[in-house]
Amino acid sequence: MHEMIDQIDAWLARGEGVAVATVVKTMGSSPRLVGAKMIVASGGSMAGSVSGGCIEGAIFGFCQEALKTGEARLLHFGVADEMAWEVGLACGGEIDVFVEPLR
Amino acid sequence: MPEQYDIIREAIRAGRPVATATIIGGGQLGAKLLIFADGSVRGSLGDESLERRVVADALPMLAQAITRAVEYADLGAMVFVESFAPPPTLFMVGGVHISIALGALAKVLGFRTVVVDARSAFATDERFPHADELVIAWPDEALEGRLDARSCVAVLTHDPKLDDPALRVALASQAKYIGALGSTKTHAKRLERLRDEGFGEDQLARIHGPIGLPIGAKTPAEIALSILAEVVKVQRGK
Repeated sequence: MHEMIDQIDAWLARGEGVAVATVVKTMGSSPRLVGAKMIVASGGSMAGSVSGGCIEGAIFGFCQEALKTGEARLLHFGVADEMAWEVGLACGGEIDVFVEPLR
Repeated sequence: MPEQYDIIREAIRAGRPVATATIIGGGQLGAKLLIFADGSVRGSLGDESLERRVVADALPMLAQAITRAVEYADLGAMVFVESFAPPPTLFMVGGVHISIALGALAKVLGFRTVVVDARSAFATDERFPHADELVIAWPDEALEGRLDARSCVAVLTHDPKLDDPALRVALASQAKYIGALGSTKTHAKRLERLRDEGFGEDQLARIHGPIGLPIGAKTPAEIALSILAEVVKVQRGK
């Protein structure tokens, strides 16, 4: 979070909404630690990462959705997961990501 | 400005440890409680009995800067506890040449670094341009009251007059890591002196000596690497 404060502040100053995606659980090998974050602004900017680039595209969509609905959501990505196959979680691990609008 | 974010941001900026507890399963999804080291809270999880248990679990996690999900099966809730804490501090006792390399490498790993030496010729800005803090004082005075549960202490002077007082304070603290430079023989003598002072075996076992993982380190940089490798091992509980 430390390194994202300036970015979040810049987006807020522009009047944009911000959604935060956080890795809350990892199983097996995964490229990012629990607590890793990706942030998305309503204008379409993004920063940070929750994987090695495998699922960021999908997370971006969920963040935009969270900004529209105002609702938080817990997501699971694993190799057996069809969506993860599509977006390619190649490391063979599984991760849970929590997506929430910044409050 | 989102209210909870604003509080977290100010705490991080001020170097004040804060934990967030967020409901990620069951209950009120996304509800968030902010927990400070003194036990004070902001926000709500929408369930008082859950809040009490979460605060009790989160405080020791915050002290160790641990972040993980905690399950409360009986209450049907999964809570993500995230610790935001300033970086841990590595105290180097002795402004010796190994401390120069150790301090530089420790910065790369994200530590705050403090060099302690009673000898003003050793602990100088010129020798330690990258250290966050230089303290010219006897090690026991310099360390007293400053070691928390995440602090790491590397005792590096080779001189019992400086090393032993530092170890006494470190052993009386909750320091995460305590290491002391010196050969196996030197270390055995050191333990004998501390034993004579009344320190028990459990306490003495906290001292990593000879300091560092045995990787055959020879140069100051290699010794620094072996010390920090050992620190990481202890931090990760391996």
